[in-house]
Amino acid sequence: MNIYLRYLRLPMMPNIWCSGCGNGIVLKALLRAIDGLQLAKDEVCMVSGIGCSSRLPGYVDFNTLHTTHGRALAFGTGVKLAKPEMTVIVISGDGDALAIGGNHFIHAARRNIDLTLILFNNLIYGMTGGQYSPTTPPGRYASTAPYGNIEAPFDICKLAEAAGASYVARGTAYQAAQLDKLIEGGILNRGFSLIEVLVQCPTIYGRRNRLGDAISMLKWQRDITMSRKAAEKLSPEELAGKVITGVLFAEERTEYCEEYEKLMARAQGIDDNRS
Amino acid sequence: MQSKTRVVKLLQGNEACVEGAIAAGARFFAGYPITPSSEIAERLAERLPKLGGKFIQMEDEIGAMAAIIGASLAGLKSITATSGPGFSLKSENIGFACMTEIPCVVVNVMRGGPSTGLPTSPGQGDVMQARWGTHGDHPTIALAPASVGEVFDATVLCFNFAERYRTPVILLMDEIVGHMREKILIPDPSEIQIVNRKKPSVPPEKYLPYENDPSDIPAMANFGEGYRYHVTGLNHDERGYPTSEASVVAAQEARLIRKIERYKREIIRYEQIGLEDAEVSVFAFGSVARSAKLAISEAQKMGIKAGLFRPLTLWPFPEQEVAQLARRASRIVVAEMNLGQMVYEVERCAQGRAQIARVNRADGEPIAPEQILERIQEVAG
Repeated sequence: MNIYLRYLRLPMMPNIWCSGCGNGIVLKALLRAIDGLQLAKDEVCMVSGIGCSSRLPGYVDFNTLHTTHGRALAFGTGVKLAKPEMTVIVISGDGDALAIGGNHFIHAARRNIDLTLILFNNLIYGMTGGQYSPTTPPGRYASTAPYGNIEAPFDICKLAEAAGASYVARGTAYQAAQLDKLIEGGILNRGFSLIEVLVQCPTIYGRRNRLGDAISMLKWQRDITMSRKAAEKLSPEELAGKVITGVLFAEERTEYCEEYEKLMARAQGIDDNRS
Repeated sequence: MQSKTRVVKLLQGNEACVEGAIAAGARFFAGYPITPSSEIAERLAERLPKLGGKFIQMEDEIGAMAAIIGASLAGLKSITATSGPGFSLKSENIGFACMTEIPCVVVNVMRGGPSTGLPTSPGQGDVMQARWGTHGDHPTIALAPASVGEVFDATVLCFNFAERYRTPVILLMDEIVGHMREKILIPDPSEIQIVNRKKPSVPPEKYLPYENDPSDIPAMANFGEGYRYHVTGLNHDERGYPTSEASVVAAQEARLIRKIERYKREIIRYEQIGLEDAEVSVFAFGSVARSAKLAISEAQKMGIKAGLFRPLTLWPFPEQEVAQLARRASRIVVAEMNLGQMVYEVERCAQGRAQIARVNRADGEPIAPEQILERIQEVAG
């Protein structure tokens, strides 16, 4: 059986994504990663917020939760803490996770709670029609930036690392095979994992910024990115304008739910009548 | 029958809420610090880990509301506690819980408002917000206890209602009820009736999480129990899949309202004192009802036939009871710690049959029995 068919909810098809959208490529990589890890469907929970990519959980046969704008990580925190044995994967976009949900993003990373966040970065608010997001590069056009964007974008991976995430990786829809590995690594990490994926949005972002069709945008991803290994050999000047891909940061850190287990043991060991 | 052990304690309303929640089976709390509700979080932070329960202080009120919904879906009875400004922040996700029919309990210890208002003073200005705070059509269950003992019982009821009707339930205390200390008899666990969510009786492939069940309350599987399904805040069909099909949306919306409306006789709880022959009846809830009790007994001593109607259930509003009240007594005094909110409901239900007078206060001071007595005397003429 085609591995995708094993996981897709066929009655939910067709999906809402535009032709040429990169989201489907990431969905397939995610399913290959889950399949490769042989996770039981009942033990996987997928949580999302609002936006194009946040429709993903509806399409897959797991315990799926499509929540409010920006709040997926907070909902996921509730699921994970209540049922730590569950693998909780959070699907979010750049607007969802970093603007309206920015607070939950840094705090989930700080707690190092075992959630795997797959952040679909298409550099724009696609679903609402092309407004600029916290990752839209300066000078790019959006429906709310008709004279060009004047805001500085977040470096999502640096933000996650600084906030305390224990696994930080970046991939692209263009390098789909590498994505499987990056996502697998995130799921296996016991702690907060971020996988930022650069996805093309030819319909909204591409058209407005004259980046051509989906294929041109995928080539553009290829041209602006460089693997971490290759980048290590270059000087900062040579790296200017390059987006580095691969596992950018990984460190063993105490995981929140495990720490909570210890807290419970301590609390249960304290005699109530002592004081 | 052997008498059960009842533990006598001196507790704050907020503390009694914690004991009630634990007795009801709550094992998950997420919250954010806010006066005058923080004692609820603090006591749960101490109590829950001892019981194997989970406590988390979230980064904000919105996240706290989100976390309890997630935890409830994962199978734990869940609660959050806040006050006015935090209640405003939680509103969107309260609507999510209504729409997705996920049981949970939201405590709002009401202070003065709007905005930051009077953080350490009592108020009852959030009663309409409890009803309509989140956008769109939705049912609401909200209880407003008046004593520490009743806080315990009402908290258990909130959980039972949440579980039975698959809905968020709001516990409205005013700051006086939350912070005052009274003697309370905590019943033996065997004496407390506990309701748990109805689980599916069909195999996973036949399970419809939003089924148009004859009871109007679909069975709820927890995540991880083999029933993999989709939960979304979008309008959805019986499978939980998003839809904009008008007939399906209409049917689901109608069921959402109906599932509370048809059971309101079970939900509406109230206390009545001296209403049999009352010429003036007082409508008051929460701590104001305590002043009202004193006021009506003083009025009775003066020869005025006065009575009290005290709703514990504010939503669904006790429409029948208030209509009956208006038929019996020609004058109703509505006393509330706001500038006039529930009075509109009383007027709606009285349908002009009774003269309605108000006692209002929203300056952080409690409504004194004298204020109510004065109004009773005025209308008794």
